[in-house]
Amino acid sequence: MTTLNSKTPEGELSEKWTKYKASQKLVNPANKRKLDVIVVGTGLAGSSAAASLGALGFNVKIFCISDSPRRAHSIAAQGGINAAKNYQNDGDSVERLFYDTIKGGDYRAREANVYRLAEVSNSIIDQCVAQGVPFARDYSGMLDNRSFGGAQVSRTFYAKGQTGQQLLLGAYSALSKEIKAGTVKMYERREMMDLVLVDNQARGIITRNLQNGEIERWSAHAVVIATGGYGNVYFLSTNAMNCNGSAAIQCYKRGAYFANPCYVQIHPTCIPVHGEYQSKLTLMSESLRNDGRIWVPKKIEDAQAIREGRLKPTEIAEQDRDYYLERRYPAFGNLVPRDIASRAAKERCDAGYGVGAGFAVYLDFKTAIERLGRDKIHERYGNLFQMYEKIVDVDPYENPMMIYPAVHYTMGGLWVDYELQTTIPGLFATGEANFSDHGANRLGASALMQGLADGYFVLPYTMQNFLSDKIHQPRISVESQEFENAEKAVKEKIEKIISIKGEKTVDSLQRELGHIMWEYVGMGRNAENLKKAIPLLSDLRKKFWSNVRVVGDTTSMNPELEKAIRLADHIELAEVMAKDALQREESCGGHYREEFVTEEGEAKRDDENFKFVGVWEYKGEGQDPIMHKEELNYEFIKVQQRNYK
Amino acid sequence: MDFTLKIWRQENANAKGRFETYKINDISPDCSFLEMLDILNESLVNKLSHPVCFDNDCREGICGMCGLYINGHPHGPDQAITTCQLHMRKFKDKETIVIEPWRAKPFPIIRDLVVDRTALDKIIQEGGYVSVTTGGIPDGNAIPIPKYKADQAMDSASCIGCGACVAACKNASAMLFVSAKVTQLSLLPQGKPESSIRVQKMVAKMDELGFGNCTNTYACEAECPKEIKCSNIAKMNREFLFAKVCTEENI
Repeated sequence: MTTLNSKTPEGELSEKWTKYKASQKLVNPANKRKLDVIVVGTGLAGSSAAASLGALGFNVKIFCISDSPRRAHSIAAQGGINAAKNYQNDGDSVERLFYDTIKGGDYRAREANVYRLAEVSNSIIDQCVAQGVPFARDYSGMLDNRSFGGAQVSRTFYAKGQTGQQLLLGAYSALSKEIKAGTVKMYERREMMDLVLVDNQARGIITRNLQNGEIERWSAHAVVIATGGYGNVYFLSTNAMNCNGSAAIQCYKRGAYFANPCYVQIHPTCIPVHGEYQSKLTLMSESLRNDGRIWVPKKIEDAQAIREGRLKPTEIAEQDRDYYLERRYPAFGNLVPRDIASRAAKERCDAGYGVGAGFAVYLDFKTAIERLGRDKIHERYGNLFQMYEKIVDVDPYENPMMIYPAVHYTMGGLWVDYELQTTIPGLFATGEANFSDHGANRLGASALMQGLADGYFVLPYTMQNFLSDKIHQPRISVESQEFENAEKAVKEKIEKIISIKGEKTVDSLQRELGHIMWEYVGMGRNAENLKKAIPLLSDLRKKFWSNVRVVGDTTSMNPELEKAIRLADHIELAEVMAKDALQREESCGGHYREEFVTEEGEAKRDDENFKFVGVWEYKGEGQDPIMHKEELNYEFIKVQQRNYK
Repeated sequence: MDFTLKIWRQENANAKGRFETYKINDISPDCSFLEMLDILNESLVNKLSHPVCFDNDCREGICGMCGLYINGHPHGPDQAITTCQLHMRKFKDKETIVIEPWRAKPFPIIRDLVVDRTALDKIIQEGGYVSVTTGGIPDGNAIPIPKYKADQAMDSASCIGCGACVAACKNASAMLFVSAKVTQLSLLPQGKPESSIRVQKMVAKMDELGFGNCTNTYACEAECPKEIKCSNIAKMNREFLFAKVCTEENI
């Protein structure tokens, strides 16, 4: 049995990474040319890793699900990226960023990984500036900062409300440079279908060419999974339409362990659901909480009048508004972490104070506009306000925005050690696809930081350490039995799906999955509901495999087939999510069990029994997966009740 | 709301394309344009017909993946938005809506409304970057950048690479796309050292891939979902001329 060895280096926390780098093994330039690396995914984590490994001299192949790396969903990140530069002289430091991230994650992340993340955060900013990323600057020409949830310092660097776009374009430009240099080969419109193991080591992948349906084989000395999260299991989420957890699930089914699948981040500020036909939800950046104030009516009859259209929010007097975050959490106010803000919104709406159709709260800029003027607000959030107006058809300068929580990010993912290697040798996972840095809740502006930290500054070192042992391992042919078998299995699976010719459209089954997950494995969970979800999901799996309808053929562009393949994987993942949520009998971060709350209604952690990472091992079709535990030992930080009051 | 849709259908790059007409009823005005197409597609699947292929991803106007030519306009009738941000309330009830793919020689059709835009990536690969590798770089604040320059660079950098400018242009020119990148990098001190080489290489690649030239009709600016200005093209022309005449880096 694989043992869970995190391979965390010995020594003082602040010296671990320095020591690792000083003692890791290297590969000389002549040998680098003989070693091949496959990177799956072209978002921040994938593009930055491929560009950095290519620049080092490795042969890199990178696979992109869209037509261009610039489409990856990292592009939609709005607010910013954290770094411990302390340019504001407001008391920030690597230690404080580390502490905030561990605390924000509700003490469920691995200390050494998080410290390293904080440590390399500053280099990311330097790297991006050097690439020509146009970060916001002040009148002196210096980099500007803003604040984000869960922090009392201003450490977030930003480029208008389009930080993810600019950082991704930076990584994309670095990647483009390597493609031109010939060190990276780009394969667009390809989706990973399976991982190929040879002698228990990851040696290649099977892809499907989405333009013509061809099944292709690729071999390498190591494989990097940078395919993002699995939020689309919920159907409605802020994830892009093509985001999916399929690649990670394929790795899981090939033996890579999956960690903390139940940790899902529900983002507090999204545009509320408005109809059954809705295809996705749109996020309104957390940065809006810098200046926006969240409220609902104080009187339940006012809320009712608003819902019935008899009253406008602008007609409610100041003293009749309940700024519930400022009331409950005076120290952090509107900038409490996401999990807390989301639950507080749900609590008010469940109590009958919701506006809109009942599931919405107000995010109001009236005070900020009075204080700073409309122009300043436009400069800071112009694109977000425009986005809101286009969708909702209401002017947010004149009326408060309506927002409600929605699925946004998955902290869980493939289990990785300190080197970002999964339990399969040669298989690495980076960015949102791994579980490593955010514990049970991710702080705002930390996803961009983690994706780039992994790709630019961690993987180029740790993969070299792994590859140094492989210089005598020759390239392998894709004609071997292992590739043959993997391709055959993929083709059979696709044939099976297309030949069912049932009555249920893929979209309708996907909506059904989303409904089960949101209802029973959503923001508030309890044992009773989770126990209901598990058989419902297994029924849904049977329904899919007996009654799905996929039209078209397998040898041309067929989005219905693509969606169906992903849905089959998502249903399996959903079952593990529900099981993980059921075993974790505590509330922590994004995982909120209604049975485990303090007297004030806050999440109640159980450090005695649940201070571990839940790590799931696949045991085969129709078998229950087994959970292993990676105990979390906090040597340097004092584990406390999270308090933002 | 009820609509008549005339949609371009084409099985693959070599097949002959044609318009097909579809009726669609009971659409909410709050429905987005792509959600309307989702509804159409679900009804086609129910009738065992092949759904209409169209590119889309983020559905919030930033990834640049969606791009439909609607009633003669890239991204449809509204201003400063992508197709995914267009809502049915912008149309009249019972209106006939014509939906086509981007049409330009460098963008071959893959299927129905999906085109291949990798030509834009190939232009970027010629020099749309600062040639730094990872690590070994100075502090982010080592070189101050005047705020107005950083802001201008940001405006140019907000291009999403959707290709609407090419689709809008009667010459299928990619000048707005190329000039936005050239301008962003030449405004910043980090991009300056390579600016002469960059502009020449990118323009040469653009010509080689079959994009047309600019004849100053400004259709690209009018249709750009991110409101990238034609002044970028003027800046690029200046950079280009300067590179050709005043530098020794003439390629």
